[in-house]
Amino acid sequence: MEGLWTRIALRLWVALILLFLFTPIALIFVYAFNTSNIQSWPIPGFTLKWFTSTWNDPDVRRSLALSLQVGLGATALALVLGSCAAFAIHRMTWFGREFVSLMFVLPLALPGIVTGIALNAAFSFGGISLSTLTIVVGHTTFCIVVVYNNVLARLRRTQGSLIEAAMDLGANGFQVLRDITLPLISTAVVAGAMLAFALSFDEVIVTTFTAGAQNTLPLWIFGAIRLGQRLPEVNVVVSFVILVTIIPVVIAARLTGGGGTARVPAAR
Amino acid sequence: MLLLTPPLAWFVVVYFASLVLLLVTAFWTTNPFTTQIVQFWNTDNFQRLINEPTYHAIIGRTVLIASLVTITDAVLAFPFAYFMARVASRRIQTLLFAAVLLPLWASYLARVYAWILILNHSGVLNWSMHLVGLPPANIGYTNIAMWIVFSYIWLPFMIIPTYAALERVPESLIEAATDLGARRWQTVRDVVLPLALPGVVAGSIFTFSLTLGDFITPILVGGAGSTLIGNVVYDNVGIANNVPFAAALATVPVAIMAVYLLIAQRLGAFRAL
Repeated sequence: MEGLWTRIALRLWVALILLFLFTPIALIFVYAFNTSNIQSWPIPGFTLKWFTSTWNDPDVRRSLALSLQVGLGATALALVLGSCAAFAIHRMTWFGREFVSLMFVLPLALPGIVTGIALNAAFSFGGISLSTLTIVVGHTTFCIVVVYNNVLARLRRTQGSLIEAAMDLGANGFQVLRDITLPLISTAVVAGAMLAFALSFDEVIVTTFTAGAQNTLPLWIFGAIRLGQRLPEVNVVVSFVILVTIIPVVIAARLTGGGGTARVPAAR
Repeated sequence: MLLLTPPLAWFVVVYFASLVLLLVTAFWTTNPFTTQIVQFWNTDNFQRLINEPTYHAIIGRTVLIASLVTITDAVLAFPFAYFMARVASRRIQTLLFAAVLLPLWASYLARVYAWILILNHSGVLNWSMHLVGLPPANIGYTNIAMWIVFSYIWLPFMIIPTYAALERVPESLIEAATDLGARRWQTVRDVVLPLALPGVVAGSIFTFSLTLGDFITPILVGGAGSTLIGNVVYDNVGIANNVPFAAALATVPVAIMAVYLLIAQRLGAFRAL
């Protein structure tokens, strides 16, 4: 129903929005090769020296190690808890189902700062000092939702007849789980885990309130940008974080057909 | 039932207990000399919020910025989503969907930082202005910068639900409107727009809620007058060490969101989520 001019105008609009979305991201990668340590445009030349100095920076390494540790810990916990929740909700028929389901996605609807300060208040009330463990607890709380959403979406699309057929053919509960259910949902579980890791690796708001003196990589970046210090290294680290957060998402989107990746970063 | 126990226990023990405690803490106070929390039930924190004009200004500014960002994103997203849903071929549709998802997932801090590089004094923006013969914009570290960066960061959250809602508009309704003699813009205004509204409102839940709770973007790209609710909460937990007051203040975005969600539900946004 659109006329020629409307179509041209819409195309132009789409092109401008794409430019708006991708120019800043592209710019970061360019700045990572900046020869100067002053961040001005245009950059005077290209160098790889900041990659070496960033890799050799002990602060960056410590933060990276902590981020990996937290990401893996939170992902593992979220994987177990999120899958359990999805299985349980999928099988549930009673009226509480909607309520419980809403509960699991609540960390997405509330601003991250509320989750952060609530956990902070709880830890200080319970006399628990902030450590790696408290960061993992914070991250797990919003990572569960990602795994839960992915696994539940897959379970809903899985045909019950396959499981019934296996049972009719004499498979016991364990065999059905091992040979039918798990293979069917495995890609959704892997996708959920990848998204959970990507989410954890980049999280800064909840982390601010649950980390003690330690720095995760995003906390290091935040501190450095805020003080305007070591910006050449920030360029490199930030480019790296973009890649680390995007690659798992691309894989997850391929595994699930894109559905699971659409809304989740709201957990921030 | 056995499966539900571990995740349910986690949520009740870790998350809900914390949220309840947050609410309770808001009614406590701190000893001004030791900054220790005093578990004495009172409404001082809320009275401070109600009586001090500083906090009215901050809450007002936060709601204003969140509204501006939401409107900006709705305007930017609608034609884009419309093209995706109703003009583009299947292949282009998939590509555009991926093009919206990638920035959504790419590091939040990285994207805020990119705008510091663009907006600062010797950044890309002033350079481009100079190139076309205009005076430098110099909008780095202002509320305008904050508005641009928030709009940029949350834009994908608006595009996706708007696109989903537009895709569900039945072709037959548009044909019927055309057959009945509606002009093109009349069809868009009277048929497409009302049917896409729940999607836009669903997107606005994200753009609004995320802006309400943010403190990173104001710190990094904002200026002297860019303090939002999130910043005051952050400062009261960190520097001032007054968790009860921070907790009281944190109930403000929750209350605003509760009202917002109620209105959104009336407009049918939950079905579009």
